[in-house]
Amino acid sequence: MIRFLVRRVLQGLLVIWFITLILFATFYIAPSNVAQTLGGRQATPQTIALINQRLGLDRPLYEQYLSFVGNALRGDLGYDYYKQIPVTQVIAEALPKTLSIAIGAAIIWLIIGVTNGVLSATRPRSFLDRGLTVFALFFYSMPTFLLGLLLLFFLYFQLTLAGVKIFPAGGFVPFSASPGQWLLHMILPWITVALVSAAAYTRLTRTSMLEVLGEDYIRTARSKGLSERRVVLRHGLRSGLTPVVTQFGIDVAGLVGGVIVTEQVFSIDGLGRTSVTAITQQDQPVIIGIALLGTVAVVVANILVDIAYAFLDPRVRLN
Amino acid sequence: MTTDLAKHDPAAPEPIVPDALELEGESRIEGRTPLQLAWAKLRRDKVAMVSLVVIAIIIILALAAPLVASLVGHGPDDQYRQAGLTPAGLPKPPTGQFIMGTDDLGRDLFVRIIYGSRISLLVGVLSTLIAVAVGVVIGIVAGYFGGIVDTVLARLIDTVLSIPFLLAAIAIVSISGPSLTVTVIVIAFFSWSSVARIVRGQVLSIREREYVEAARSLGASDRRIMFVDILPNVLAPVIVYTTLLIPISIVSEATLSFLGLGVPPPTATWGGMLDGSLNYYRVAYWYLLFPGLALLITTLAFNLFGDGVRDAFDPRSDRLFATESETEDEKK
Repeated sequence: MIRFLVRRVLQGLLVIWFITLILFATFYIAPSNVAQTLGGRQATPQTIALINQRLGLDRPLYEQYLSFVGNALRGDLGYDYYKQIPVTQVIAEALPKTLSIAIGAAIIWLIIGVTNGVLSATRPRSFLDRGLTVFALFFYSMPTFLLGLLLLFFLYFQLTLAGVKIFPAGGFVPFSASPGQWLLHMILPWITVALVSAAAYTRLTRTSMLEVLGEDYIRTARSKGLSERRVVLRHGLRSGLTPVVTQFGIDVAGLVGGVIVTEQVFSIDGLGRTSVTAITQQDQPVIIGIALLGTVAVVVANILVDIAYAFLDPRVRLN
Repeated sequence: MTTDLAKHDPAAPEPIVPDALELEGESRIEGRTPLQLAWAKLRRDKVAMVSLVVIAIIIILALAAPLVASLVGHGPDDQYRQAGLTPAGLPKPPTGQFIMGTDDLGRDLFVRIIYGSRISLLVGVLSTLIAVAVGVVIGIVAGYFGGIVDTVLARLIDTVLSIPFLLAAIAIVSISGPSLTVTVIVIAFFSWSSVARIVRGQVLSIREREYVEAARSLGASDRRIMFVDILPNVLAPVIVYTTLLIPISIVSEATLSFLGLGVPPPTATWGGMLDGSLNYYRVAYWYLLFPGLALLITTLAFNLFGDGVRDAFDPRSDRLFATESETEDEKK
């Protein structure tokens, strides 16, 4: 177990290092006009050269890279080109918003997806199964941004017109400022991100559970006289969840896309919206900082997923 | 591959008779390729067939868009600042003149939605075909040669799969500038890897089969073995994945256009219209609802059809809408 963890962490560090290399190479290849943008249209070549020098963009790439790695190891990710504030501060402001959306949505979609999947699998071909399947396919076909727009239209706009002012049009309220307002601002973004994924998880859980419930050890458990509930939840679900956990590990990276779009629809300045702005402005330090954070998150999530296997399925051995 | 399917349309001289499948005699079904069997099964799938009809209607409307525009009398980019906007300058609700209302520039939404289907289908199908072609070639090469070639290609596939699509797409588009071509290439670039992974997995087991060994001992070249002997045997999962990839690509295009990074205006795209509706849905529900419905119906039809295709190729697959008779078959 310890050896496994050490190896996975080393592998993860390798991936992170690799990503920083790729990011730097990309910016070197891509034409940069940051100095031009900052200097304005009337900037003389001297001004632009000076800006480049102050930003350290005139140094050779390997030097920029080495100083970035050195600073990053000390927890310094550089400064936002445009706002002149540390990237760590930019991330610290945006991260709670994105985490609020992502964690809440992930909990909702796992609960909906796994519950629906298990219900479908225990009563295959029933009316309930068909209904849940239609539900799954409908939301699976739904683009995230369209769902967000429809939720805004029906649950914010139409309800407000009808005099029921529950949901705001968008924006973010910190949990520490007002837990109630935070919740109200988060519900629509949560549903937006969660329903599309919940659909995929319903199908995944259903398939996996149907397979597991046909196995010999399930028959053994039944013939021991265990209650059906215990057979399904204790014996079946435990190994039936393995593919779900795998998918969840993969989706941590995929979650980024859903969150970007959702932040855009609900005007929340989280990591997604910040990175979209940073990319269009070629604000390198911010992009690299957020990408690095994302990579670390994916690497950590994957290690956690591998550990989770061992707990869920006793047949899995980590080595 | 689609041409093979199309060959067996019901009007063909040698139609697939569904009854033949229910006969016990093996001799009757002898000689039918897996493609023919799958098509026969697909034809009995009501949901898939209805979806296919819906897809056909969308394709016909897309092809006939100029005709629709001339019948209605409004071009897709024509701005009717007088007739198409309220005195306050806001979009007009559906009327006899504009059956789905107008947008914020006084353009006919109905005509624009019809034109938008051209972009959705074009990007969806084109990027899928590119992705499948690249994915199949890389998957076969990786699986067939194995060794260092496989290691390198498999790593490449895993790397591309782990990149968050939307973030990378935004980065690429911000460098290159948005255009139709860039949209197709970006979507294809992030889609080939899953095709390659599926094909590679299949080829890994197929290359050990006797017929591949036989071809090799007869002196067939690597290229011939890969594309003449192996390729036809991986077609089934490739066809299934192709039909499921089209709606994903359509959603990707709409999402990019919604973010202003797909096909640039004034070209009518569903994603672009929905982006525009974000500022007007409070006063113009039709601006949000009709393009949204068009997008949803299209992706739903492709997904339902793709689900049917998957089932047609794999009798054990997770079935969505089995008809009762098929349910009985599965119980046996």
